Amino acid sequence: MSRGGVETWQTRAAWAFLAPALSLIGIFFFLPVIAGLLLSLTDFDIYGIASLDSVRFIGLRNYLRLLTSDAFWGAMRNTLYFVLVGGPLSLAASLGAALLLNARVVRFRTFFRTIYFAPVVTTLVAVAVVWRYLFHVRYGLLNHALALVGIGPIDWLGDPHWAMPAIILMAVWKNFGYNMLIFLAGLQSIPEELHEAAALDGAGAWQRFRHVTLPGLRPTFLFVSVITMIGYFQLFAEPYVMTQGGPLRSTTSLVLLMYEEGFRWWRLGMASAIAFILLLILLLGTLAQFRLQRSRE
Amino acid sequence: MSGGGRSAASAAALALLILSGGCAGPQEPRKVDLRFWGMGREGEVVQEMMPEFEAANPGIRVRVQQIPWSAAHEKLLTAFVGRSTPDVAQLGNTWLAEFAALGALERLDARIAASAEVDSSVYFPGIWETNRIERGIYGIPWYVDTRLLFYRQDILRKAGYDSIPGSWKEWRAAMEAVRAVVGAGRYAIFLPTNDPTEIEIFGLQAGSSLLKDGGTRGAFTEPAFRRGFDFFLGLFRDGLAPPASNTQIANVYQEFARGYFSMYITGPWNLGEFKRRLPEELQGSWATSPLPGPDGSQSGVSLAGGSSLVIFEASKEKDAAWRLLEYLSRPEQQMRFYRLTGDLPARREAWRDSAFAGDPRILAFGAQLDRVVPSPKIPEWEEIRKRVQDRAEQAVHGALTPDSALTLLQDQVDTILEKRRWLIERKRAKDGP
Repeated sequence: MSRGGVETWQTRAAWAFLAPALSLIGIFFFLPVIAGLLLSLTDFDIYGIASLDSVRFIGLRNYLRLLTSDAFWGAMRNTLYFVLVGGPLSLAASLGAALLLNARVVRFRTFFRTIYFAPVVTTLVAVAVVWRYLFHVRYGLLNHALALVGIGPIDWLGDPHWAMPAIILMAVWKNFGYNMLIFLAGLQSIPEELHEAAALDGAGAWQRFRHVTLPGLRPTFLFVSVITMIGYFQLFAEPYVMTQGGPLRSTTSLVLLMYEEGFRWWRLGMASAIAFILLLILLLGTLAQFRLQRSRE
Repeated sequence: MSGGGRSAASAAALALLILSGGCAGPQEPRKVDLRFWGMGREGEVVQEMMPEFEAANPGIRVRVQQIPWSAAHEKLLTAFVGRSTPDVAQLGNTWLAEFAALGALERLDARIAASAEVDSSVYFPGIWETNRIERGIYGIPWYVDTRLLFYRQDILRKAGYDSIPGSWKEWRAAMEAVRAVVGAGRYAIFLPTNDPTEIEIFGLQAGSSLLKDGGTRGAFTEPAFRRGFDFFLGLFRDGLAPPASNTQIANVYQEFARGYFSMYITGPWNLGEFKRRLPEELQGSWATSPLPGPDGSQSGVSLAGGSSLVIFEASKEKDAAWRLLEYLSRPEQQMRFYRLTGDLPARREAWRDSAFAGDPRILAFGAQLDRVVPSPKIPEWEEIRKRVQDRAEQAVHGALTPDSALTLLQDQVDTILEKRRWLIERKRAKDGP
């Protein structure tokens, strides 16, 4: 057998081995994505379910209609608010908790780790019911505590200005435990000698954190912030359960809007268009974060 | 009992069939399996009514499948797409238009005309109307509901009123009197800002049809709707209603008991809840009243709600399915169903039963049901209601003036209905001049 023959044979074998995985990805990922893209160019709706000849190909009109509707931009604003405020807050809370748990002076670490992780695995609906009471204007614990320091009652879920902060507060509390565990693993992978060496050189606690811990956590940071951003852009369950997108649509996120269009009004073409815009935003966001991290290196 | 006579007759018919079959030998009677989808509590208790039906109709077996309300709409739709709809189902009457538009439902006009049991005149007219989509009848009313006023009689008395007056003007005066009695921080009425039902009702009461041109355009900028909308907004502007949604009032029953509000527009499902959840000492002091209207109680209409029974177009056992519908429509079965569920019967003669005569809280519903009208019967209505709610909420919170809220609403609704206009236009072109 000639050399070329061996190579083509090897290439063929490689394809054969890859085929099962590729066909699965093709069928369950690329095909639906392409179908979704095509769907987003039609006005497929409840009449389309009844008979396909009521479906019109409308080009980019779904996208145009979205880009000119205040409902879409409102949802975009709310989502960005949630991502830009909630994301960093969540990272800070996770990192803070991880640093605390990693400190040698803390006892009962396993106990606290479990406690902090518990909200992550708790059912959101159950959590939301409890938080609705915490947020209650007149009987809520939160307002009770604020009253003690002289701050007037806040209508957390009823005031359009406070509803999103309330959602962020709950989401951060619910999710920080997951990233905390990843940060904890990152912290433990930083060699102890580096800290010792820095301490011998006379670095204080802050300097050690700034120049040893943070650089050591850089890969973890990238992973955690990308995952958090992707997760937070898909804000859905919290407002769905707590506020149904209100008051004044101030907590309607992009995914909630997509859900409403698709599964409440059955305008599946429009819902697909929203999904593609979201996909585009996520791709751009992830790219930007990779760039940012690389430029620092 | 008529059931015995019926089965004897069918046995005779069967015998005749076998004889005429000649030498083919004894044939098995054909077994019919009916699939029935019931929602929530109704789907649970209707099973108890099936043995009697099956005894009267040997050869028919009914398999009841219970479906939770929250999943019902999606499940029906997926069943339709997957061609696995049941034979018979309970359908919320605001859903009928959508499933009729899909072509999922069997038109029942001919069967009703031939039936000795079902007759449109024995039903509340507004309720019967909800089953008429364009020119055909697609369902038989099963049980009904509508919304009316629940109120605190003790507080109203203190404010100088023995009952709820009939006209909007007097009703408002009563609310102001209530507010004077209960004092600051409390309200006369609770109209949840996340529910458009009250606005729909006020609009209909003021004579608006909500949509116009055969349901292809909104009628929200016309004077009639404006009048209802202004009445609604005025209650918030003048501090008679708290600008709060259902999710903000953690427990409606508690707040009603505390006197945070004294009036609440809601439906018959709350009759049982109020009895269960209000404290003992308040049980004698709440009442129900038909809704007031802009020009006295005759204009105090409310929405026709409830559920109908439908037969699906894809069913292969439509005759058997129709017999089940007839059985469930009989007055005695309607009363039995009421006792099992508390759902109000759709047939008027069932209301003469002694179970109702002594209960003024239920009789108020009977009076209201004589004055109910359907909401617009098009598939898009659910979405339009949501837009109404959004714009009304903005107007309540002062984010929009009433004028711009209604103009924006009208624009949005006309955009939503674009597809419908296109479909109607196409159909007209196809049918030719």
